[in-house]
Amino acid sequence: MLNPTLLYSLVGLALFGRGLFALITSSHLLRKILAVNIMATGVFLVLVATAYRAGSGEIDPVPHAMVLTGIVVAVSTTALALILACRVQETSNISLLRAGNTGNRPKEPAR
Amino acid sequence: MKYLLSGFDIILVFTLLWLAWRLLATEDIFKAVILFISFGLVMALTWVRLQAPDVALAEAAIGAGLTGPLFLSALRRMERIHKQERRLDFDEDRDDDTHPQ
Amino acid sequence: MTPTRNDLKQKRSDPFPLLVSICIIGMTALLGKIIWSLPTDTHGLEDQVARHLDQSGATSPVTAVLLNFRGYDTLLEVMVLFLAIVGVWSLTEAPAQGRAPDTSPVQTSVVRILAPLMCLVGAYLVWQGSHLAGGAFQGGAVLAGAGVLMVVAEMPLIMDVPARILRLGLVLGPAVFWAVAVWCMIKGGALLSYPEQMADSLLLLIETGCALSIGLTLAALFVGGRPKHDLPALTKTPAPDNGGTEC
Repeated sequence: MLNPTLLYSLVGLALFGRGLFALITSSHLLRKILAVNIMATGVFLVLVATAYRAGSGEIDPVPHAMVLTGIVVAVSTTALALILACRVQETSNISLLRAGNTGNRPKEPAR
Repeated sequence: MKYLLSGFDIILVFTLLWLAWRLLATEDIFKAVILFISFGLVMALTWVRLQAPDVALAEAAIGAGLTGPLFLSALRRMERIHKQERRLDFDEDRDDDTHPQ
Repeated sequence: MTPTRNDLKQKRSDPFPLLVSICIIGMTALLGKIIWSLPTDTHGLEDQVARHLDQSGATSPVTAVLLNFRGYDTLLEVMVLFLAIVGVWSLTEAPAQGRAPDTSPVQTSVVRILAPLMCLVGAYLVWQGSHLAGGAFQGGAVLAGAGVLMVVAEMPLIMDVPARILRLGLVLGPAVFWAVAVWCMIKGGALLSYPEQMADSLLLLIETGCALSIGLTLAALFVGGRPKHDLPALTKTPAPDNGGTEC
């Protein structure tokens, strides 16, 4: 029989790892913010999974309250980060942060 | 009943992981945002499965209903800024070319 | 085009993503081992919460934890939301609404039907939050959904709400929460230790104020910037404009 706590904790961990990888390697700012959101969801999943008791009907409400708080904080940080990303693009016309890119990049033929 | 629940668990978990992988790996950022919204909805289902109805409500309303539109409006804003510029030096949705030629 | 593409493909094999993925897989495996070895038959805090539930003023354990036992967290969270909107307003102005010349009547009437319904659902969620699933955040989020819907549909007058009223709405939740917290302290308890017989009405008061503010804040975050008609004071006279962000 599957243990749901373990299963969902490991899934949350996998989401966290995938998000972290995308956060580091991807260059588009929006995708970085998406990755942070996925990471946050992974953390929430671990928390709620540890609050879940398979046998009895009881659940631990404290992690639930923490996750509820976390979701709202995540959305407000996302909104602020998106505005900052827009500002970055407004001032530099670069929505990409690349290694070694200083902004004056040689021109590429348009597709 | 127990096996049914386990099967549901497995389907849910694979959907979650697949959506997360797709949305972080896809080239098109618009597609990624749409996948993120559906990820939020599946996540709400997961919260219900883990007996967290409060979190499920919040996730459905905030995670899927508000974060997605936030991303979409930011995307539109960025594209508008792009259009105002005289020329596009590089494509926005192709981020796999790490170095200049 | 093709040679550059091939060039890029060649240069793509740089070791950085590989290195990062190895590090992250190692870290994830380590954390996974820790999670695997966690004891499964432990008890969290549910017994303590259940024991004190009748003193909290709410019958839903999550609401009791959120607003009473861990009210401090929620207070700070409301402040985080408030700081986010202050940050957004001080960074940008709201983008101009591209007035669509021909708004479909279907869209307008659907929004006209949906928005009041969503407000009703939000109010219901706040109201039932003390005994069922729901509460200030869910209700506020649904309210914000109604606001977002109206902004997207470009309903008339929605972008012309006076900035003063907006600011009042934004600070309402934090102000009510702080007022209750300080009042509890003056009454002789600690910060946020509600008197037992008044706890339920105080919780409802806080929830209502917070839901209104959260809804307004999230909708304002979606609009993404300071309202246009609030700006001339900002651009013309830079010196005395600090009144804007402090609300």
